[in-house]
Amino acid sequence: MMASSYNAKDEDGHITVTGPGGGTLRSKKPENTAFKQQRLPAWQPILTAGTVLPAFFIIGLIFIPIGIGLYVTSNNIKEFEVDYTGVDMSSPCFNCSQNFSWNSTTPCTCTIPFFLEQPYESNVFMYYGLSNFYQNHRRYVKSRDDSQLNGDMTSLKEPSKECEPYAYHDNKPIAPCGAIANSMFNDTLELFYNDPNGTKVQIPLTNIGIAWWTDKHVKFKNPGAGEANQNLTAVFQGTTKPLNWRRPVYELDAAANNNGFINEDFIVWMRTAALPTFRKLYRIIKSPSNGMMPTMPRGNYTLEVVYNYPVRSFEGRKRMILSTISWMGGKNPFLGIAYITVGSVCFFLGVVLLIIHHKCGNRNNSADISN
Amino acid sequence: MDFSLLRNIISRYCVGEEIWVDSRTVYIGHKEPPPGAEAYIPQRYPDNRIVSSKYTFWNFIPKNLFEQFRRIANFYFLVIFLVQLIIDTPTSPVTSGLPLFFVITVTAIKQGYEDWLRHKADCSINECPVDVVQQGKVVRTQSHKLRVGDIVVVREDETFPCDLILLSSSRHDGTCYVTTTSLDGESSHKTYYAVPDTMAFRTEREVDSLHATIECEQPQPDLYKFVGRINIYTDKEEPVARTLGAENLLLRGATLKNTQHIYAVAVYTGMETKMALNYQSKSQKRSAVEKSMNAFLIVYLCILISKAVINTVLKYAWQWSPDRDEPWYNHRTENERQRHVVIRAFTDFLAFMVLFNYIIPVSMYVTVEMQKFLGSYFITWDEEMFDEELGEGAQVNTSDLNEELGQVEYVFTDKTGTLTENNMEFIECCVDGNVYIPHAICNGQILSAASSIDMIDSSPGGYRREHEDLFFRALCLCHTVQVKEEETVDGIKRGIHQGRPTSFYISSSPDEVALVEGMKRLGYTYLRLKDNYMEILNKDDEIERFELLHVLNFDSVRRRMSVIVRSSSGEYLLFCKGADSSIFPRVVSGKVEQVKARVEQNAVEGLRTLCVAYRRLSQSEYEEACHQLTEAKLALQDREQRLAQAYDIIERDFVLLGATAVEDRLQEKAADTIESLHKAGMKVWVLTGDKMETAAATCYASKLFRRSTQILELTKKRTEEQSLHDVLFELNRTVLRQRSISGLSVDCLDFGLIIDGATLSAVLKPNQERANPSNYREIFLEICRNCSAVLCCRMAPLQKAQIVKLIKASKEHPITLAIGDGANDVSMILEAHVGIGIMGKEGRQAARNSDYAIPKFKHLKKMLLVHGHYYYIRIAELVQYFFYKNVCFIFPQFLYQFFCGFSQQPLYDTAYLTLYNISFTSLPILLYSLVEQHVTMETLKREPSLYRDIAKNSLLRWPVFLYWTCLGVFDAVIFFFGAYFLFDNTTFTSNGQLMTTNTQMMFGNWTFGTLVFTVLVFTVTLKLALDTHHWTWINHFVIWGSLLFYVIFSLLWGGIIWPFLNYQRMYYVFMQMLSSGPAWLSIILLITVSLLPDVIKKVLCRAVCPTATERAQSTRPCLTVEPSTIFMLSQSSSRMSF
Repeated sequence: MMASSYNAKDEDGHITVTGPGGGTLRSKKPENTAFKQQRLPAWQPILTAGTVLPAFFIIGLIFIPIGIGLYVTSNNIKEFEVDYTGVDMSSPCFNCSQNFSWNSTTPCTCTIPFFLEQPYESNVFMYYGLSNFYQNHRRYVKSRDDSQLNGDMTSLKEPSKECEPYAYHDNKPIAPCGAIANSMFNDTLELFYNDPNGTKVQIPLTNIGIAWWTDKHVKFKNPGAGEANQNLTAVFQGTTKPLNWRRPVYELDAAANNNGFINEDFIVWMRTAALPTFRKLYRIIKSPSNGMMPTMPRGNYTLEVVYNYPVRSFEGRKRMILSTISWMGGKNPFLGIAYITVGSVCFFLGVVLLIIHHKCGNRNNSADISN
Repeated sequence: MDFSLLRNIISRYCVGEEIWVDSRTVYIGHKEPPPGAEAYIPQRYPDNRIVSSKYTFWNFIPKNLFEQFRRIANFYFLVIFLVQLIIDTPTSPVTSGLPLFFVITVTAIKQGYEDWLRHKADCSINECPVDVVQQGKVVRTQSHKLRVGDIVVVREDETFPCDLILLSSSRHDGTCYVTTTSLDGESSHKTYYAVPDTMAFRTEREVDSLHATIECEQPQPDLYKFVGRINIYTDKEEPVARTLGAENLLLRGATLKNTQHIYAVAVYTGMETKMALNYQSKSQKRSAVEKSMNAFLIVYLCILISKAVINTVLKYAWQWSPDRDEPWYNHRTENERQRHVVIRAFTDFLAFMVLFNYIIPVSMYVTVEMQKFLGSYFITWDEEMFDEELGEGAQVNTSDLNEELGQVEYVFTDKTGTLTENNMEFIECCVDGNVYIPHAICNGQILSAASSIDMIDSSPGGYRREHEDLFFRALCLCHTVQVKEEETVDGIKRGIHQGRPTSFYISSSPDEVALVEGMKRLGYTYLRLKDNYMEILNKDDEIERFELLHVLNFDSVRRRMSVIVRSSSGEYLLFCKGADSSIFPRVVSGKVEQVKARVEQNAVEGLRTLCVAYRRLSQSEYEEACHQLTEAKLALQDREQRLAQAYDIIERDFVLLGATAVEDRLQEKAADTIESLHKAGMKVWVLTGDKMETAAATCYASKLFRRSTQILELTKKRTEEQSLHDVLFELNRTVLRQRSISGLSVDCLDFGLIIDGATLSAVLKPNQERANPSNYREIFLEICRNCSAVLCCRMAPLQKAQIVKLIKASKEHPITLAIGDGANDVSMILEAHVGIGIMGKEGRQAARNSDYAIPKFKHLKKMLLVHGHYYYIRIAELVQYFFYKNVCFIFPQFLYQFFCGFSQQPLYDTAYLTLYNISFTSLPILLYSLVEQHVTMETLKREPSLYRDIAKNSLLRWPVFLYWTCLGVFDAVIFFFGAYFLFDNTTFTSNGQLMTTNTQMMFGNWTFGTLVFTVLVFTVTLKLALDTHHWTWINHFVIWGSLLFYVIFSLLWGGIIWPFLNYQRMYYVFMQMLSSGPAWLSIILLITVSLLPDVIKKVLCRAVCPTATERAQSTRPCLTVEPSTIFMLSQSSSRMSF
């Protein structure tokens, strides 16, 4: 206690030197600089009703048109949604959803007819949507090995601990490891257009360009991607497929540039969604090159589903969504409404402030005079 | 406590078999006692090294770490860090480890640097030269090499290097004079005595021949207690034993005065000296802001814990069904599954704690410390607080209290030297009612003496003539002034400067100097004290010689001093001067009435008065007095008491000669300063040891009391007439009645209270009678509360501290400030919340013990009204803003838990979590808290009433805190749900059109977090920008710079596959987000919405009920007539248009 209490000063930084010969030669006159004298030239704005009023009106005037624009654009976007979970008895997929088992070798298919009331122009985007699926669960989000997905050979053979319990199966490393990969969406969706003349035309679906370019080309790489003629089957030798997958990773797609880790369906799935209800891009329906015909004309369609993905156990839902896009993305009325609301509120506040400003300004002035 | 105990045990253990004995034996000159003498147990003593440093090179790291983690905040962060290391938590340990490491390192460096300075200071003390007698020669050595038993030579004006027993001095009577200013603050000279057996030693050789031992008690901190015995061995005889007392012990830190040199032997050295034992670290003062900050912290800790508890409970409620707990796509590992559910729940709770722990930010402590440390430089840099005369500016001794300067409610000020200049000037004297006024000095030259005496009453008479002669001689003789030739004192410089070698007077009391100089102007010049004869040059240029027989020193109890002299004609005369109250009762003849009237008149004018009396002693009377004095002086026990008795007997039966008046001028702008303090809503109390009339006059002059002030007196005179009880109640009634009449407008009539020391102690004394003890106290406080100014006179130093303590403890707990310049103010400076020392004439004692030191009283105005105000608003914003920005930061994470199955999934990336407080949002607020000026300095100085706006910690009260917290929660809700509605069930995507590939890409959870985070960073930074009223180029640079830094960092962070990371989740997330039109639109929208309520609140408050500060801000444009301001504005606008 004594030793610790015997200090010139305890916590601060200024020590006075005392004792014999401790006369301190102290500072001379402080420098007269603007900074040291706290006299730096400064702009001194004050938020008064007077200065804020124009800002409010301007915000109002800018936001409302933007909002209207957004709202109109959003409304022009056509969107169609089909729930094919098969919860109801009447649903065509009811049987598939009831009789689901991981081990069944014969795929269960179901067919859902639907009717598009409006023709869909330009590119149409086809999504699958899941609800009540917690892709953002912490245990789930971290259950992946990014270096394995980046083509690292050691990580391929020794997946990260984060992948547990989806890292090894039968003492073989799982490629791709982790819960995310293991639970990859594996329903196959196909669209048919029922021509009025009775023929059933399959609509061509593109599965290229649905993932981020950087993901496909930089972040995700097949192991040994640098080699000249890589054989994916050989590269993945010694690993095993994720438990729930029907095919190994090197058989995801026939095309070499869409196989293995760089399969775009896989990449899309690997980007974990933010919320438990989400949709992911499945396919793109390119507009026909001649441009005269709408991509999807008004009429009857059939959705053929190979029902592989169980969601009933966690009360989930599966949907197929068709949507066109605009410059602002997909259908999103929220942004437009929000802009209109905020703009109007600002405008309204501007008016209120104007009144207050006039009233109080006068009162203050009179008060000043009386002083 | 336990530490010292441990130390003792260890030191004892190390000494080995040594037994802890009650006394120590010192061998003078290290000579063993002759054989046959009592065998002493040898003891080991520390060397004379003073250690004020905390650490050594070796123990710095462990000890410093230990001390740092004793702080509750650091400990909290350490625990969080350890939890992160041990259990599987959502964020990596780096997120809390890195900031903690940073904080600890910065603090350690700062403390290490301070300790290094202390080491240096210690070194300079320990290595200062000391002369030691060894083998009959004087050897120069370093102070720290001094050991117990060494014989030390100390010369005049040197400081004693350790506690010494006086052996002999250059004075014949074996005495020496010492001032103990640096020990106890008493500036008077004290006499110390040598033992008669050793006082004859004159040379080193003689001293060295001494063969003696000293037995004394072990060191103890009481400065005035010492018990010892010296055994002197002579060759043949029995050893002579003499008792030693406190009057033989010279204490380290005291200074030798008026004695050429002394020989003394060291008994206590180093850390065992009484000074070292007495050195108590100042109790750490904590500011009100710090207290509210801690209160807020506790609130946030509760919020944090409740958040974690809520989430844990909800988590287990939610995952009751196994399909939610472990759906097929998301299994636990076997290990986890086997864990007991209670352990799992507890781990989850800890994980939530870790996830939300950022709500209590590490960086706040660092920022606050930095703000205080750096901010205090503005005080030292302030040119306006620089005093040309002293060559010194304001000094900051502690930066912890900067903001407290803006919270002062009570100012306690000393009078002499603080309000007044302590520059005494002789004004007049009166002899038997006849007034003499010396003419003013012109350019240092004294006008001819003959013309200077103003003969008011020219009635001749031997009686009058005689008194006049005696009076002037009395003033020339009755003092302890010393005459110094110029060269000997201040070097040759001033002598040359003056052109001629003159002598001047020095004394511990400026009054005495003023009196002797006044006498000089009236024609009687005190020349010198030579061989015990005082020489006076009288009006007729004749030298008169008086033999100085005895000096009865001044002390503050007697309040007088006397000398006994023998005139050339062989007469014995006793001259006495002192305070009127101590002289008049002892006067038997003289024109008491006239003198008394004059004294009172002078006192009313604010002059310091002294009365002069004399007594003629017959030979026998003199001999008796002489006998009494010598007896008392030689007494071994109770010397002080016996001397006082002797003085009391001798100093009586006076004949009154007259009185003197000395003026102590008010300090420059003292009145203006006090007026400003009053306007700022502070109550100013003057605490002085002076008498009531003088003090009251000063108070009027300094505008503490105005003509309109109704004075309430609570003095001894009144309490003698009525009982204290009645007086108190009567005053209380007066005050209350006035208040009830005037109703709301209390200001129209203010009260001033005058109380004296005696009455005060009666009020404070625990009451023995029927009334309960605190009753008087309460009434007194009630009266004081209604008085705008209070004058306490006749105060003892300790009473000053008592008053401060009393006010501090009253039920409003007001913030007090004490300002003083002398050693007698130290107690109150230490007691008050803020202690300010004036670098005055009475030494630097007050300045050294203060928290802030200023050269003049007038600087208090800028210190409080400008610096205090600024520091307060700055730190208040700093504290509130820090909590606000962390609510904004963490609350979205809390909300996110509801959408991710309470799985502790962090919303933001690790890098964002870590850097948010450290780099993205730290600099703007730090800069704000250093340079913000919501109102210009000129306005603050011109309108002291603005100070009232921030009184009572107004910016950190609970409603304000609640507002900030609600604002934070609101903003957080906006951020989160804004992003939520964009993502929820809609295709919130990036439009590929901006990119080369024509695709639609989906956003994941990291984009969601990044969007929220971007809005967050921009909002909190812009919120600060809205609060900034003073945009210098640095503000622009830092605010826009830190936003830019965020963007650049994010681009970089997402732009590269970082090889050292095991995840790449942020890869291209930020760029993809920016390539999406809706993202831009929503960022703009969310920022606008978040800032809107605060803007509206500000504008509405300003428009509907503006505070004085806000009025001052808005009236500013009208008042910018000053060219400097216009210049500034034009400059800044040109900068803006750049």
